[in-house]
Amino acid sequence: MKPPFEKLVERSGGVVLRVCRVMLSAHDAEDAWSETFLAALRAYPELPDDANAEAWLVTIARRKAIDVLRARKRQPAPIGEVPEAPTTLGVPGAEDGDLWQAVAALPDKQRQAVAYHYVAGLAYAEIAGILGGTSGAARRAAADGVKNLRKNYPGAATEGAPS
Amino acid sequence: MNMSANHFASPDDAETLSRLRDRLGLAAEAQGLLDVAYTTVDSPVGPLLLAATPHGLVRVAYDVEDHDQVLSTLSRRISPRVLRAPRRLDVAARELDEYFGGRRRVFDLPLDRSLSAGFRQLVQRHLPEIEYGQTRTYGQLAQLVGNPRAVRAVGTACATNPLPVVVPCHRVLRADGSVGGYIGGSSAKQALLRLEAAA
Repeated sequence: MKPPFEKLVERSGGVVLRVCRVMLSAHDAEDAWSETFLAALRAYPELPDDANAEAWLVTIARRKAIDVLRARKRQPAPIGEVPEAPTTLGVPGAEDGDLWQAVAALPDKQRQAVAYHYVAGLAYAEIAGILGGTSGAARRAAADGVKNLRKNYPGAATEGAPS
Repeated sequence: MNMSANHFASPDDAETLSRLRDRLGLAAEAQGLLDVAYTTVDSPVGPLLLAATPHGLVRVAYDVEDHDQVLSTLSRRISPRVLRAPRRLDVAARELDEYFGGRRRVFDLPLDRSLSAGFRQLVQRHLPEIEYGQTRTYGQLAQLVGNPRAVRAVGTACATNPLPVVVPCHRVLRADGSVGGYIGGSSAKQALLRLEAAA
């Protein structure tokens, strides 16, 4: 039986927020969170009872975030060059702040590719749609990012790493 | 490397999420997506869950009914578009507060009676005719609804009242004067009767 929608917000609100933050600025992430849950609320009566609600929500969240990113690309911010500096995306985690600092210090494309792939769970083709270029280039950027992390963050475990 | 979404958690997530959830309730209401809004309020008879559809207050539930269970039933019987959104319950919460403070004798907010049907709903519609501070027996109520032999069915109608306190099934007693059963437990029923007798 389908739980009350409030249960989904309770269980998955945090995960959806993190997915949005990984892809967007803090302000845009909150808007994407709201749009995600409104769209989900609208469609919820039609969701099959046995569906994985959290996976469904994350899929909607990624789509909403990609929409925002594409809209931003059509209206570029008035700066000539994006500096390759740590960004304000996300906030360091309490337990593993060092790893996050290492991620934040990656060159922009690598950082985004790593975050979109490993945290938001996007496929390389989707990442290519956001970053521009081919999905092969997105895969290489993520691989270079992971290689850099291994070098700069020796504490990182190696299991679960892509080959 | 073992990255997970936890690396993007922050200590003020709880605050952000609570703000976003408030905003979601308002937006859902504005877009006509809030089929069932609910909140919980404290009362002298324990925490009460209040739920409303766009038509009116649809459910008042005692703690002993298990609020999670009540919400699941609302989700199944009315709509799964259920959100904690206190604003729609503001009037109900205020009237209950006045009632428990001895400053209100009659509830006059819109009710959604869609959780009851047939004879049960008919009986429940008659319950407000028993005035504040008064009591009737199940037999007298059966007469009031024009079906004097339906004492048992009247009892069932009272026991399944989805809007206790607001629709005063607590004012119906057994013929021997004992309080009889109550959806919120007999001590809650006695507390309401004492409150009304004292005011």
